[in-house]
Parts: sequence; structure tokens; C-alpha cells
Amino acid sequence: MSLMKLNQLYRSVILDHANHPRNFGELATRTSDLVLRNPSCGDIINVQIQVEANQIRAIKFRGSGCTISNASASIMTTMVKGKSLAAARRIINLFLDNIVNKEIKEDEQDQLGDALLLSNVAKFPTRIRCATLSWHALADLIDEQEGVKIND
Amino acid sequence: MIKSEVKTDFPILKRMVNGEPMVYLDNAATSQKPQSVIDKLTDYYVSTNANVHRGVSTISVQATDEYEAARSATASFINAPSSRNIVFTRSTTESLNWIASGYADNVIQPGDEIVITVAEHHSNIVPWQQVAKRHHATLKYVTLAANGQIDMADAKQKITDRTKIVSINQVSNVMGAINPVTQISEIAHQHGAVMVVDAAQSAPHIPIDVQAIDADFLAFSGHKMLGPTGIGVLYGKAERLAEMQPVQFGGEMIDMVTQQTATFQPAPLKFEAGTPNIAGAIGLHAAIDYLNQIGMAEIHRHDQELTKRCIDKMKQIPGIIIYGDDDPVNHNGVVTFNVAGIHPHDVATGLDMEGIEVRAGHHCAQPLMNYIGVESTVRVSFYFYNSNADVDRFIKALETVKEFFANEFDEAEPTI
Repeated sequence: MSLMKLNQLYRSVILDHANHPRNFGELATRTSDLVLRNPSCGDIINVQIQVEANQIRAIKFRGSGCTISNASASIMTTMVKGKSLAAARRIINLFLDNIVNKEIKEDEQDQLGDALLLSNVAKFPTRIRCATLSWHALADLIDEQEGVKIND
Repeated sequence: MIKSEVKTDFPILKRMVNGEPMVYLDNAATSQKPQSVIDKLTDYYVSTNANVHRGVSTISVQATDEYEAARSATASFINAPSSRNIVFTRSTTESLNWIASGYADNVIQPGDEIVITVAEHHSNIVPWQQVAKRHHATLKYVTLAANGQIDMADAKQKITDRTKIVSINQVSNVMGAINPVTQISEIAHQHGAVMVVDAAQSAPHIPIDVQAIDADFLAFSGHKMLGPTGIGVLYGKAERLAEMQPVQFGGEMIDMVTQQTATFQPAPLKFEAGTPNIAGAIGLHAAIDYLNQIGMAEIHRHDQELTKRCIDKMKQIPGIIIYGDDDPVNHNGVVTFNVAGIHPHDVATGLDMEGIEVRAGHHCAQPLMNYIGVESTVRVSFYFYNSNADVDRFIKALETVKEFFANEFDEAEPTI
């Protein structure tokens, strides 16, 4: 039965994150935020971060999205919260490589944690954008932070 | 109903998707092609390929004759007075853009108004936004009645003596209702405005008579009506096409060129700069022949029956929200819906796993999505090669997908 294939995409952890998103909402104090849009469905995601001493102290997201997009954003926030900007960027790059089926090392796979569960999205090319939207938003926010630092 | 054997004319309908026989329900996006159209394209390249309206060689004359025969067939298809009313373009989008840049740009003055509806495709919105911006004109939107059709009372109010152009779809790619374009055309003309009809979704599905509508311009695409991609049609009244300026310049469209000046051919050739999509036009001719053989009235009836069967069955499934009129008769092969608590992309992926090909997204109609209060929807759209069995496969898959997500989302909250 082909719904077995749906089960590959929608693992229970993913459904749990989508249904009960972590770090969902509005940061009272934030350093920066960014809205990105998925042009194919019009979904929007807003990612907010609070950065102190090059560290992501707090992160939240808001928006309307599909299961994949919400779950991915939720997982992303749990993985980068408390990490340095550099460490967060490493995780983002690993995630973006993994989601397009680029080979990554075993120890790197460990670093991806729950985000590794989204690997199967690679088999659903039309959904890759859903999975990567929030990660791209965070990457842009880190760019902005590091840009600010250079300008200082 | 049209016999389901018609499917065998369409080779692609035999293919599998994700291990299941494909049910193609995205006909509002593009239609599939019958063998006769595919053969015609091959035949043209195998036996007649040459440039048109140039030279005296036998083969060039044959290609020109076939290209012009396509123009005549297109004219008859929409009951245009003459083949000279038919300009070949790339698509509906290009046709509408040419009307905006080649016609509207020359007539719109500051303070003038352009009237469209909230249910237009982006291609019938953005070109007018640009015209309005360039000339400090106002773009006004007619709202919809509860049945998904244009609210005629609002149309009468919005179309005034300041209105220079009214541009409206004959069938919405989201709602599927047939709009009373003849009536709107009359109102537009009473105020001295020009009537543009976006027939992208109607030309494949219902008989069209441009003279009965009294349209000044009408645009549609070949690929949604069995033809190849890259061929579109711009119909214009003779006097409108005479007023309209070409947007592109080059070969074929000129009368005489000196170092500093050029004069142009009369319409339609003055618009067709460069080598046109000859194969596309000839392929469209084959598509029109195929459609005529079945009969547009017959196709319309078939679409209606499938739509009714589909909507009646969807109404039996709890949690399905159908947009547009409650009566299937106002959907014309297009059913736009959501499943409560499940994102349209998730529904579409689920259906895709079952071999059912549908569209999920905003359907290039974001102002309409905003108007009906959603970000995106799922859409199934039928054509005459779809059968009752296709509807039933879709319904079964929809139930399965709904169940899959409902079970996982035991504490389902609405989408965030």
C-alpha cells in the first residue's frame, strides 16, 4: 500500500513536532527577526532570535505552514537554541546537505539529532522547500548578525 | 457522458505514478495531449518544417499554408469574424501583457480606471497594476457573490464613465463558475470601456462566441486545450488590433524598413515579430480538430457530470471545505477545497502517493485566496478524458489521506 510511503515522510516524531511545535510564538526581546515566504503555497514563516555574545540565547518561530514546514522549524529551534552562531551555521549546512541527499559523515549525522528524521524529505523533491524554509531564515539571520559584527 | 475509451487517445494516461495508475486531475493547470496532436507535431518536423511568410520555396509555402490554416481553425473555434482577428502569442499571459503594453498604454490617462475582479489569475492582475502605475490610473476590483460568480451589482457600481478597460475571466481557475461576460461586456461598452476576456479556463471547456460576447479582446492558451505549450491566442476586434501597437519588432512583422524608419504589416502579422511558434500553431490546429470532433457542448456536459459526482461525494466526508458555490453546476470541472486541520501540501503529497495528481497552493490567485480567507487550497480539475472511475479513485484516496492524518493528529489542532 502506497501510504507506507507517507509513513516514511511523516514519522511520528515529525507529526509530534508539527502538532506540538516547540518554541512557537513571539520572543519578547529579540535581536532580529525575518519573514520568509514559500512562493508555491504562500506559506510564511517568521523566525526570531535573541543573540548575546555570539550565542543564540532564545529562538522562536511563528507562521502558517504544512506539517513538514512546521515540524522542521520546530526541530530547528530545539537544535540551535543555546548554540554559538558558528555552531548553528554548521548544523544548518549539514541539514541542507542532508536534505538534498548529499552524503554526510556518521558523526555529522549524530549532530543532526531529530533533524535527521527529515532525511526522507529528499525523496519528495516537491517538499524540500517546505523543510528548508525556516533553516534558510535562520541562516539569513546569522548572516545579518555576523555582518553586524564585521561592521562594528 | 463521453465514453471512457477516449482515454486511449492519450498515451500519458497509461502511466504509473508512485506505483499506482495515474489519475490526472490537474487539468486547470495544463491538459494532456492526444496522439493526434503529438503525431501532428512530429509530422510537421518530419515533412513540412520551413519558415513561414518568407521565400517562394514549395516547402515554405506548405508551412505557411498550414500555419495560416491553424489561424483560420482558431478563428472558427471562437466564432471570430475572420482569421485576421487572431494573433498567435506564447500564452494567455503573453496575450494579456500585449493588450496591456500595446493597447492600454496608449489609451490610459491619469485618473482613468481599469476594472478587474478579485478572482483573477495573477496574469490578469499584474499587467494592469503595471499599466495603472505607469499612467497614474486606478485599478478597481469587483467582488464576488456567494456562488463564486461576479457580484453583478458591484460590477455595475465599479464600471463607470471613468473606466477605460474591463478585464475579466470567463471561468475562474479557482471557483470554476462561468461569469456573465456578455452582460459585463454590455455594461463596459455602455460606459465606453473596452472589454477584455481571459478565456484561459473557458476555451478548453465551453463553446465560445466572441461576437456574442462582443469582446474587444479575448485571450487563451493552447496547452490547456490539448495543444502544445508555448502557443497562445490573442483575439481582437479589427479596429482594436488596428489601434494596438506591436510590442516586439523584427522580421515578418514589417512592411518596409529604411535606415531610420519602418512601416508594419497589418494585423495580425504586425504583432508576430520573428519566427513564430509554427509547430505550436499547427499542433493547436490538431487539438481544435480533436475538440470539435467531440463537441464543446458535449465536453461541458461531461465536466458538469464529473463535478457533480465529485462534489456530492466530497460532501459526504466530514471536514471537507469546498470553496465557491454550493451547487456543483457553478464549478465547471474545478473543485477547490481544504481538509480541516491538514495543510494542502500534505493532502496533495498524500494523494500523489496514491497516484492522484492534483494542485495545491495559491493557484496564482493570491488576492482571491486572501478574499476567501485562506493561504492556499487543494484543487482538482477535470477534463473530458476523466471518468467516473477517476472521481471514485480520488474520493477513496482523499478518505485514506484524511484518515492517515486524523489518526496521527489525535489531538489535532487547526493549522498554526
